[in-house]
Amino acid sequence: MNFVATIGRAFLDALAAIGRLSMFAAVAIGHVFRPPYYPRLIARQMIEIGYFSLPVVALTTLFSGMVLALQSYTGFARFSAEGAVATVVVLSMTRELAPVLAGLMVAGRIGAAMAAEIGTMRVTDQIDALTVLSTDPYKYLVVPRLIAGATMLPILVLVGDILGVFGGYLVSVYKLDFNAAAYLRRTWDYLEMIDVVSGLVKASAFGFLVALTGCYHGYNSKGGAQGVGQATTNAVVSASILILIFNYIITELFFAK
Amino acid sequence: MTTPKIQLQGVKKRFGEKVVLDGIDYTLPEGESLVVIGGSGSGKSVLLKCILGIIRPDAGSIKIDGEETVGVRGEDREKIQSKIGMLFQGSALFDSLPVWENVAFRLIQGQGMEKKEAKEIALEKLAQVGLAPPVAELYPSELSGGMQKRVALARAIASEPQIIFFDEPTTGLDPIMADVINDLIVACVKKLGATTISITHDMHSARKIATQIAMIFNGKFIWAGPVSEIDRSGNAHVDQFIHGRADGPIKMAVRRP
Repeated sequence: MNFVATIGRAFLDALAAIGRLSMFAAVAIGHVFRPPYYPRLIARQMIEIGYFSLPVVALTTLFSGMVLALQSYTGFARFSAEGAVATVVVLSMTRELAPVLAGLMVAGRIGAAMAAEIGTMRVTDQIDALTVLSTDPYKYLVVPRLIAGATMLPILVLVGDILGVFGGYLVSVYKLDFNAAAYLRRTWDYLEMIDVVSGLVKASAFGFLVALTGCYHGYNSKGGAQGVGQATTNAVVSASILILIFNYIITELFFAK
Repeated sequence: MTTPKIQLQGVKKRFGEKVVLDGIDYTLPEGESLVVIGGSGSGKSVLLKCILGIIRPDAGSIKIDGEETVGVRGEDREKIQSKIGMLFQGSALFDSLPVWENVAFRLIQGQGMEKKEAKEIALEKLAQVGLAPPVAELYPSELSGGMQKRVALARAIASEPQIIFFDEPTTGLDPIMADVINDLIVACVKKLGATTISITHDMHSARKIATQIAMIFNGKFIWAGPVSEIDRSGNAHVDQFIHGRADGPIKMAVRRP
């Protein structure tokens, strides 16, 4: 009986947490469409998310493309389908790997930083100070991060798509002795607009989720350093889980027959 | 009959089972300086946050200039907020902004003032609290505790508010710096003609900055009167508190070895 009660309590807690996050998201989205706006803060967050995340996303997608080509080749060679490597690499990168890997990397880098920064502001009364100084904390802290997250991750993913395909090309041409022109032609011929667009839509959603969870956990952090640390961990974990869940949902929306 | 600046009627607040405010009634006329004294965890900060609109009371009325403030949101709340300045216990300066932008924050973000003009006012306010222009370019982390308090005071008075709250303004400072802050508070308040509410444990500070004193105990004001009468309150709780005696009607939960 106690076991059932524990599961029930955990389920209710999870529902309550989803409800609180949804309420936070609804309020924040409401503020996105109402002035005042803070263009300098939006630009700063865009640089923080877009520019400074570029190296980690670039390395991740480049090596993922390289591994993908190598694995596909060794697997497909078993039934003489090596020619499909280029197609597998480009479709996997654009549809799945670039958005998901970039999302997870940015969750670790940016989501954690957002939760830590806003959490520190919460526990040192800086968020209350914003309210007292006639500035809405949602507009000043949350909205710029949401806008920057939703707009910059697609750009990162676009770069990631290109580097991932390039990684596959490098391994295929220089290690597996594929013909360079034939590889590129196969990559281009089988790529459709929806493959790239679906990846960019995912990226935008993931960027929004990373910023949302970072802001939510930071905004609601309690206590001192321990509370901020907990908020940081929760932000990364919940962003990662939401990215994987929404990855399935968006894939279903785009490609389900 | 003139309208009181701040009027509290039956203000109640509880967190779970713990009753923090149990029906606070008080009327503060314009130009008076009230200091609320009381032990740690007695609800002083919660009372201040209720008046500021950061925490919503469970019951009761809080009027500023005769207008109800409980539950007021949006533009009306901003209008109320524009009358208020606050010095937070830990200063709550924004780490990411230099000192002058902290001081001019409300002028730039809240009132849309040009940065150049706002900086001139910030420098003037910093001079008023005894800080030289080079300090304006530093960041809060580069300042000592006493300097941070002075910057926080300059920020609180920058927009020349009608009401100023001081949350433990001398906590954590050496006695000399504490007295400097007290003198600055008295001088700034006198210059602005502001109505103030301060909370403190420091009786020396209370005697210096108050015209009125109220003591909070078990969620209620158990004594209130002019500062000149505090030594003749006839209230055993007040006597114990102002003389800092361990023995008396206020019992601290201390485990003896």
